[in-house]
Amino acid sequence: MNRTTYHYLAIAVLALLGVAAPYLFPAYLSQFSKLWLFIVLALTWDLTGGQMGYNSFGNVVFFGVGMYAAAAVQVALYYPLAAYTAAKGGGTEFIFNTSQFLTGLAAGLPAAGVLAALTAVALGLIILGMRGHYFAIATLGLAIAAGELASGWDLIGAGSGMVTPTPPDSLDTTTLFYYLSFALAALTFVFLAWLYSTRYGLAINAIRDDEDKAEAMGHHTIRNKVIAWTIAAFFLGMAGGIFGNLSKFIDPIDVAFNGAEIGVWMILMAILGGKGTLWGPVIGASVFYVMKELFWTYLLGWQRVALGLLIILIVVFFPQGIVGWLKERWPSRFGPTAAEMEAADAKGEA
Amino acid sequence: MDKPLLDVRNISKAFGGVIANKNVSLKVEKGQIAGLIGPNGSGKTTMFNSIVGYHPIDAGEIWFNGREISRLRVGAIARMGLLRTFQQTRIYGKMTCMENMLISLPDRSSGFASLLRSRHSAGVRRAKELLDFVGLYSKRYLYAGDLSFGQQKLLEFAMALINEPEMLLLDEPTAGINPTLINGLIDRLKRANKELGITLLVIEHNMRVIMNLADHIYCLAHGEMLAEGSPEDIRNDPRVIDAYLGAH
Repeated sequence: MNRTTYHYLAIAVLALLGVAAPYLFPAYLSQFSKLWLFIVLALTWDLTGGQMGYNSFGNVVFFGVGMYAAAAVQVALYYPLAAYTAAKGGGTEFIFNTSQFLTGLAAGLPAAGVLAALTAVALGLIILGMRGHYFAIATLGLAIAAGELASGWDLIGAGSGMVTPTPPDSLDTTTLFYYLSFALAALTFVFLAWLYSTRYGLAINAIRDDEDKAEAMGHHTIRNKVIAWTIAAFFLGMAGGIFGNLSKFIDPIDVAFNGAEIGVWMILMAILGGKGTLWGPVIGASVFYVMKELFWTYLLGWQRVALGLLIILIVVFFPQGIVGWLKERWPSRFGPTAAEMEAADAKGEA
Repeated sequence: MDKPLLDVRNISKAFGGVIANKNVSLKVEKGQIAGLIGPNGSGKTTMFNSIVGYHPIDAGEIWFNGREISRLRVGAIARMGLLRTFQQTRIYGKMTCMENMLISLPDRSSGFASLLRSRHSAGVRRAKELLDFVGLYSKRYLYAGDLSFGQQKLLEFAMALINEPEMLLLDEPTAGINPTLINGLIDRLKRANKELGITLLVIEHNMRVIMNLADHIYCLAHGEMLAEGSPEDIRNDPRVIDAYLGAH
């Protein structure tokens, strides 16, 4: 069996596991939903952080924007948003029936993606002109600023947050959100796998390796950078929309724009798995999420210390990540061989 | 006579108190190989950077192919067909030589949609030909960052060629390349000029190379244009001997 067969086998196993999980692990379904969403977080972070070399500490902003956008659309389709948030979710008059709830989601999740993407275009045009470390520093403040803005905006509940629409009891939302999370992770993975196989994939790799050179060769570097961030934001926004509904309550600082936890975790997951690889973020997110859940279960009280230690261990001993390490150790088994690259080029040539 | 392809008119550039270029002019005709020489710190690379839009100029005008490019940015100038290579070689280190070549294909008129085609969809044959042309065919699937410095220079040259520029500015193409390879490189530069019709402007410290290569040479010293002329004129110019060649 060659590497391509392994690749498809891994995808098949994951897909099967994804579809069958509600029957295999019914008790852990919401944990699995979050795992799929965490995979989306890691994959989208890696698009700019790994493939393009632009380390963003602010991607959680798109996650939060999507979370609020989805909830706001879900509500506003049927009730005045201001009255809903003013009632702090305690009002009994805001009832959503099955069709309203599902329609709300069908409109809210794409809207979340689009609004997050627009936010990325606006922010990107301002700060993606900055290079490397300067960009990273500029993104540091984004989550804090967004959290403060959301805390002061009454329409979306300001500091007291926002309750997402309560589904009718007849609807099995645990399974529904599980499949939505799984579908989003699958869609993100397949889309990025395709994107990295195009010339655009090479163009963002070129920015990672030497942006001055790419510019001197006539690349539209700023356009390419903004597009990458926008794609990441689109999927992140939808992930946020689902995550908000899973959490049932959106706090501006602790849930939506939680830069210190989710914002940092998405970076760590990508680094742990292997920056700039397709499978790295998937593996990294899975390992990280399982560790985190174990810490929260068995080391309660010390869970943050344990996680902090894990972070230090990752950065010190696994700077190139699991997949990066495997590629370095067994280059022919985990990286493309010259013969495979030759064959791929020959196929394109024909 | 036709207008020159590159026409630099009285440009000046200062960095704080340091005047790097003072009222310098230079013309390169289409199809020519021009040389730019001068002692270290005389402002050659600054002039290159000004031409390709790397930094704004303080005074003067730069025209390329009948259009003024003085205020254009690096990317826009490159897309017009005026490319440069770097003194400190720049390649994409974590990509293979083939990938370096494929992403250097010209992309002037086509928009973003063309980037969404498969990375193997265009230019594979040309990339292989040009890697063969510079002698890197057998290294085509190695990571560019693992090549030696000299090989990286050759790769950078091949990347410039696949971009099909009208004109190429080369910043010390032979620096760091071993003497036996230099002859091969001179030959390839001449062939690129003759067979591919690429106009060249070359910064070079190696006098044997530049005298062999260039039709016309400009000499900078202390940021000012000291002399210009055929290689023979430059070699015998007392001012050039005094400022530069005399040091040898």
